[in-house]
Amino acid sequence: MMVPIPYYIILSAILFTLGAVGFLVRRNAILIFMSVELMLNAANLAFIAFARYFNRLEGQVLVFFVLTVAAAEVAIGLALIVVIFRTKHSIDVDQVSTLSG
Amino acid sequence: MDAVLDYAFLAILFPIIGLLLNAFLGDRWRERGVAWVACLASGAALVVSLLVFAALLGRPPEARLVERTLYPWISAGALQVPFALRLDPLSVTMMLVVTGVGTIIHIYAVGYMHGDPRFQRFFVYMNLFLASMLVLVMGNNYLVLFIGWELVGLCSYLLIGFWFEDLSKAAAARKAFVVNRIGDFGFLLGLFLLFVTFGTLEFGPIFEMAEQSATVVLAGLTLPMRDVVTIITLLLFVGAVGKSAQIPLYVWLPDAMAGPTPVSALIHAATMVTAGVYMVTRSAVLYEMAPLSSGLVAWVGALTALLAATIAVGQFDIKRVLAYSTISQLGFMMAAVGLGGYTAGMFHLVTHAFFKALLFLAAGSVIHGLQHGMHASAASQGAEAFPASASPLPPPDPHDPQDMRNMGGLRERQPLTFWTYTIGALALAGLPPLAGFFSKDEILADALERNPAIWLVLTVAAFFTAFYMGRQLWLIFFGRPRTEAAAHAEESGPVMTIPLILLALGSVVAGLINFPGPHPFADFIRHHAAPFNPTVALTSTVLALIALGLAYRIYRDRLRATTDPDPLLQTARGLFVGAYNAWYVDRSYHRVFVQGFYALAAFLARPVEAGVIDGTVNGVARLVRRTAGQLRRLQTGYVRQYALAVMVGVVAIVAWFLLSA
Amino acid sequence: MDLPTVLFFLHALIAVGSAVAMLTSRNAVHAALWLVVNFVTIALFFLTLAAPFIAMVQITVYAGAIMVLFLFVIMLLGAERLGGEERFAFQRPLALLLAGALLVEIVYLLLSPSARALAAMPALTQEGTPQAVGQLLFSRYLFPFELTSVLLLVAMIGVLVLTKD
Repeated sequence: MMVPIPYYIILSAILFTLGAVGFLVRRNAILIFMSVELMLNAANLAFIAFARYFNRLEGQVLVFFVLTVAAAEVAIGLALIVVIFRTKHSIDVDQVSTLSG
Repeated sequence: MDAVLDYAFLAILFPIIGLLLNAFLGDRWRERGVAWVACLASGAALVVSLLVFAALLGRPPEARLVERTLYPWISAGALQVPFALRLDPLSVTMMLVVTGVGTIIHIYAVGYMHGDPRFQRFFVYMNLFLASMLVLVMGNNYLVLFIGWELVGLCSYLLIGFWFEDLSKAAAARKAFVVNRIGDFGFLLGLFLLFVTFGTLEFGPIFEMAEQSATVVLAGLTLPMRDVVTIITLLLFVGAVGKSAQIPLYVWLPDAMAGPTPVSALIHAATMVTAGVYMVTRSAVLYEMAPLSSGLVAWVGALTALLAATIAVGQFDIKRVLAYSTISQLGFMMAAVGLGGYTAGMFHLVTHAFFKALLFLAAGSVIHGLQHGMHASAASQGAEAFPASASPLPPPDPHDPQDMRNMGGLRERQPLTFWTYTIGALALAGLPPLAGFFSKDEILADALERNPAIWLVLTVAAFFTAFYMGRQLWLIFFGRPRTEAAAHAEESGPVMTIPLILLALGSVVAGLINFPGPHPFADFIRHHAAPFNPTVALTSTVLALIALGLAYRIYRDRLRATTDPDPLLQTARGLFVGAYNAWYVDRSYHRVFVQGFYALAAFLARPVEAGVIDGTVNGVARLVRRTAGQLRRLQTGYVRQYALAVMVGVVAIVAWFLLSA
Repeated sequence: MDLPTVLFFLHALIAVGSAVAMLTSRNAVHAALWLVVNFVTIALFFLTLAAPFIAMVQITVYAGAIMVLFLFVIMLLGAERLGGEERFAFQRPLALLLAGALLVEIVYLLLSPSARALAAMPALTQEGTPQAVGQLLFSRYLFPFELTSVLLLVAMIGVLVLTKD
């Protein structure tokens, strides 16, 4: 007996929502980043679940690409954080509001 | 010989080459080089014109119409306009007048403009004018004619305002341009209607269709061709009224005398201003179909002739007299072509080109001489205060070399100028056997034959013509010098006097081209010519002699000092003051149109522009700014708030999917 | 309830719990470690969904490389904790409200009649073994795959440029 797909999807939704909440309430840039990673993983979970349901490997390939993009994104994002920290001496995103209208 | 006709475009090309050479290389040459280039260009155009004339004469009279397409100029759907030349007796006549008189005036101008800092520019403009005028008269369709028409208008503007440092001269140029625009607007409307009616702008097809079809369909309505042609000709005549300085648009021409005198002679007497007469003659087919239009042309011409002649009597500026005289003579030509006397009109155009150019150039020589005298007598002249006179007219400016009250007795100082001027004046007055006699009599004979009322008006105008010319002769050349300057005036050099002699010869013999009896000119341009009418000739000659005699009686030795009032002021005070003020036409135009326009502009500038338009624009701007001021608060710069907004969007979009599913 | 379902819920509890712990921990290092736990549980889910290759990649790349990078940066900057107070009082409640709304929406979507078919699990025919995924990557998805290498190169150069003084 297998666990039905909706369970996975609901789990994925919960994790995604948690990630979104994290993005919205945390001020630490690194934690915001981690929340993004959490959301990406939630999406990956949904991909894999559907790939299993449809018996297609394309979903898994897509997750592979998402992983690659996430790796690149983390590298660039963390570099940005380092640069911001150098100039602002803080990684509080609320300190960075130069773009205010 | 016919091969020449293929190269007729060279007549336009030579002046263009001349102007390009002078414009781009002229600053490397001295005056002499510039003058040579300009005069040779003009002379080459004259040679081409003569060859074309000879080639046309070599053909049988029916075959004297040659069209040469240089290139298809505008090709836009139904509108097909070739840049094509039409060589026929009419255009060749104009070419000869333009290049012939033009060349002589070019030579004269070399002397007249000597030492002017913009000598080079002057001759560039002159050559440009020549090319433009040739385009005007040689084009085979109304659009090419209109291009020339506008180009000569531009040249006129540039040359009237040639000494633009003097603001009054710049204003005169602007006035000429603006007044001409009014006429050109009508002309342009006429062109549009022509194209809509006939689907072409070429002379030949238009005249053919106008004569052959009885009706025309315009905007779904079937109209009689005659009525449409009447409207077209009226619109075209509006253009002619502006260009040829007829009532009510003549006011620019007297002011146009602000330009250098050769310009006044060439553009504002001999050639450009006759473009309207040429245009009406060219459109003879159309005008003959529209009696209303041609009647209007005749009456406007006749009244202009009379009005301008009376004004000329009251002027003191030597060039303004000639300017009003030109308006008056243009009125004669208009009256003639309006009455269907195309031969007479064109004939008068030709002779007038000679003697009026002569008069202007001689007047230029007088002015030149007087300026010379002013320099020579500057030391002795001191501050000479004129006693206030009882005259209602302002006293002459003692330094104005154009005021005839500052002249007198120049006969001895400038004999050559005097004699040539007299020939021109008598030709204008219409004394036999000078050119003006023949051409004016032909107009009068035509008028008497077709419309005695117009004949009467023109005869009275002719009387005034002789009178004001007599007055001018007495004021300038006879009596004693009234100023030191006049006493020290000197004759001009040969480069100026030789053109005077040439034009004087022309003024004497030009009448022969349409000598009564054989009427060779009438045969050439293939229009009807009135037979010689001895009664008319005798009447006008006698009247001219009476007028000259009257001028002699009134003006002989009556003005001794510059401040002496004009003798006419005592006998006909009101009339003379009125004539002096040009019957207040300019002033009323100024009050009604110019000041009215200013008032309208002020109204538009302050309440409308500042209030309504600026108010609207600024209001919109203020609204946008205020809204943006509020909206920009949304743009906090805080990433997390942006993310919140994204989240709101996501929730909303998913909700929308759910609800619409 | 059968064993797989029980295990699933246990698992899911760990995943959600670790995520919540990550969100609430004040220390960034702790948060990163909680995230590693979360990643590992997700990798286990991948295994149960017949994706062993991706599960391994998840552990090596995510739990291994990426999270090590995170920890490295946290240590480098010495920014484990943030001082100061939340400036926007509405941010937190609004975030929770919206998240809740989103969750409700997704669950509602899954419970809708059209999603019923998802309940029945089809038999497994395609397993995501390294060989199978690799074959797909190097055949049909060769071009995107090569592009990822360019992407990574760009990221690498970008990082160098950004952090260079």
